[in-house]
Amino acid sequence: MWSHRSGRLRAHGYNLQEQRDRWREREAALRKARREQHLVSKRLLRDSDLEEARDEFQNKPLEELEVLHLLRMSQRGTEKEKEKALISLRHSLQHPETQQTFIRLEGSIRTLIGLLTSSWASLQMEAARCLHELSHADQPNVAEACLPSTSYLLTYLSGHSADFIELCLYTLGNLAVESEAVRRQLLPQGIIPALALCIQSPHAAVLEALGYTLSQLLQANEAPKEIIPSVLDSAILPNMLRLLHPTPELGASVAVEFAWCLHYIICSQVNNPLLISRGALSTLGLLLMDLARAASGSVDTGLDLLACPVLRCFGNLLAEEGAADAGVRADFGDERIIVAMFILMEFFIQHQPSLVPECLWVLNNLTVKDPGLCTALLSLDLVAPLLQLLPISRVVRILVLTILCNIAEKGPFYCQRLWPGPLLPHLLDILTLSDSEVVGQSLELLQLLFVHQPEAAQDFLQHSGLQALEKHKEEIDLQERIQALQEVALGGSSLVPNALALP
Amino acid sequence: MQLPPGLLGRLGPGPAGSPSGSPPLPVLRHPASGAAPFRFSPLAQSLPRRHPLFEDGDVQRHAYLQDVITQVSQVPERPRVAAFGCHVAGCQQEFASLEAYEHHYRALHTHVCSVCRRSFPSAHLLDVHILEWHDSLFQLLAERQSMHQCLVEGCPDKFRSSRERKEHLVRAHRYPPDFRFDQPRKARGPSRLASGEEAMEVCPGEAPQPPLPQASELRTYSHRIPSTICFGQGATRGFKNAKKRSNQ
Repeated sequence: MWSHRSGRLRAHGYNLQEQRDRWREREAALRKARREQHLVSKRLLRDSDLEEARDEFQNKPLEELEVLHLLRMSQRGTEKEKEKALISLRHSLQHPETQQTFIRLEGSIRTLIGLLTSSWASLQMEAARCLHELSHADQPNVAEACLPSTSYLLTYLSGHSADFIELCLYTLGNLAVESEAVRRQLLPQGIIPALALCIQSPHAAVLEALGYTLSQLLQANEAPKEIIPSVLDSAILPNMLRLLHPTPELGASVAVEFAWCLHYIICSQVNNPLLISRGALSTLGLLLMDLARAASGSVDTGLDLLACPVLRCFGNLLAEEGAADAGVRADFGDERIIVAMFILMEFFIQHQPSLVPECLWVLNNLTVKDPGLCTALLSLDLVAPLLQLLPISRVVRILVLTILCNIAEKGPFYCQRLWPGPLLPHLLDILTLSDSEVVGQSLELLQLLFVHQPEAAQDFLQHSGLQALEKHKEEIDLQERIQALQEVALGGSSLVPNALALP
Repeated sequence: MQLPPGLLGRLGPGPAGSPSGSPPLPVLRHPASGAAPFRFSPLAQSLPRRHPLFEDGDVQRHAYLQDVITQVSQVPERPRVAAFGCHVAGCQQEFASLEAYEHHYRALHTHVCSVCRRSFPSAHLLDVHILEWHDSLFQLLAERQSMHQCLVEGCPDKFRSSRERKEHLVRAHRYPPDFRFDQPRKARGPSRLASGEEAMEVCPGEAPQPPLPQASELRTYSHRIPSTICFGQGATRGFKNAKKRSNQ
């Protein structure tokens, strides 16, 4: 199942340290872009022989006359000669300055479109590749210059070779993410119906490209109003859910793209109940179990690329009203999903630690209204592993404590399994921290424990719990709760009756 | 993180595994739990797209998109073949690889009109062409009702003339006014197709009624050639070309 279709990472010719430095720079740039809310990426298709052939065209920009010459050659002579000219043109279009020169030439795009729609398949392909290079450009005016070609690219989606369709799709995807102006042309031109037809294709490469293009459309700011409703109405939705699950034929890359599509749709909150009614939660839950089975092999196969969007889709759908229904949870709402989450967390600690908080968030949403899953967590002895996560980070601490609160608030039968145990030393440790949000969450947990399990209060006292609480007495946000806890522990509060009447 | 031994086994072998595990413990919430000054209440949280928790995963996703150059010709099992020619007789193209041939075939020999041999980029455009160019009753009906279908896949609108349709394409669908796959019938030069055809090639408004037997003959079979069939005669033209062929 895990034949992740390997694209090649760009060869930069840097040594390992340089590569690490470059990665850190890029990572910082990506984070900055995300925080400023303009994180946008495009995808590039290139022929394998291009990378090896270090053409002179790539390294320096062409003069206007040279570009003009290539354009003329692409319209004269034999098919082979035209093709050769187009290949050279394509190589040269990797250079941003040549791109600018090209689009400024009158009739240049028109010529490309003429070749794109000609009777020569090889010329169609080369013209499409030139357009694709232009679509990938950073400068908006270059990508927008490709707009006259979109009606043709869309037409070809419903009938052509798989390679050609794939190229058209990536080009359309790159253009779609460019600007709202571009999308205001693509949408009336029928991109959604075209994609709905194209999604029937059996080719993995086409489907991956389609998923990419769709994901670019779905990220648009105007998507919730202008795009997502028609996507939900179309044949895209059932196919998307089907394609979430990797198969030996299609590989995981296809699933990755559609998982991101689903994530954007769910976050938009346009119609999540519809997704639940179409079985999305079951699909996602069962998929997570499969991912856990693959993860237990402990080899890094890029599993996190799929797990990340799947976790997010699952977590957000779990927060919907209808998600707590027993009928909805029938397929996945048993101990296996808890097992899967822990196996995945163990895997991610090694290979992708940033996914641990996302797993914990999902666990929170799973355990909130589900006594069965809380019971499973206890009976599978997973409290101790959960506590082992506490040192990782602040966010993880808050999430772990919240999950424990979910369990403790369900009553004495649950609290009995939490205390005595490893919980006490960890809580005392947490009380030495100065982060008031983390400490506050631990106070909530203590109260739930004391209220349902009076022995816990005694135990706490005996281990110098009161002194640990003293440290935070001056914190405004914590004062009242600390005082209440101290009273409970010393037995002087009406919060805890002397005996709990049990049935 | 140290997981209890044997945990993987509790996952079961596959999707159809029956749910397992002990029944849930009884829930007995104490009325004071979470009461003021405490605030806890179990809450499933939905996170918006731009939530800080999602930052790391987003960064990884975009690094993936930017880093990976998806290789076009990368399918491992493409076999090598000696150069060969297209077997649609009259088509003289030669190929050195199966994918180049597949590309050529899909571009030129699918969605072919059996009457005039033009090939079209999609089934929809072929259907529109057959209806408007080779259906003898079309011109008649078009005088009375809107018969010209929109060329955009999925758009149900119909129009009384190709000019109205073009206006619709430009206005509603933002298509280019010179969209190359929208060939009005009048733009065709004189052609020597089947003699039966000639009657229909005449411009609407001045032609006599097409003889009925021909009409019914033309309507009893589909003009589309299934893509698995190759005709023995004549190279398929691109749709732009009006190269004459003797009729088959």
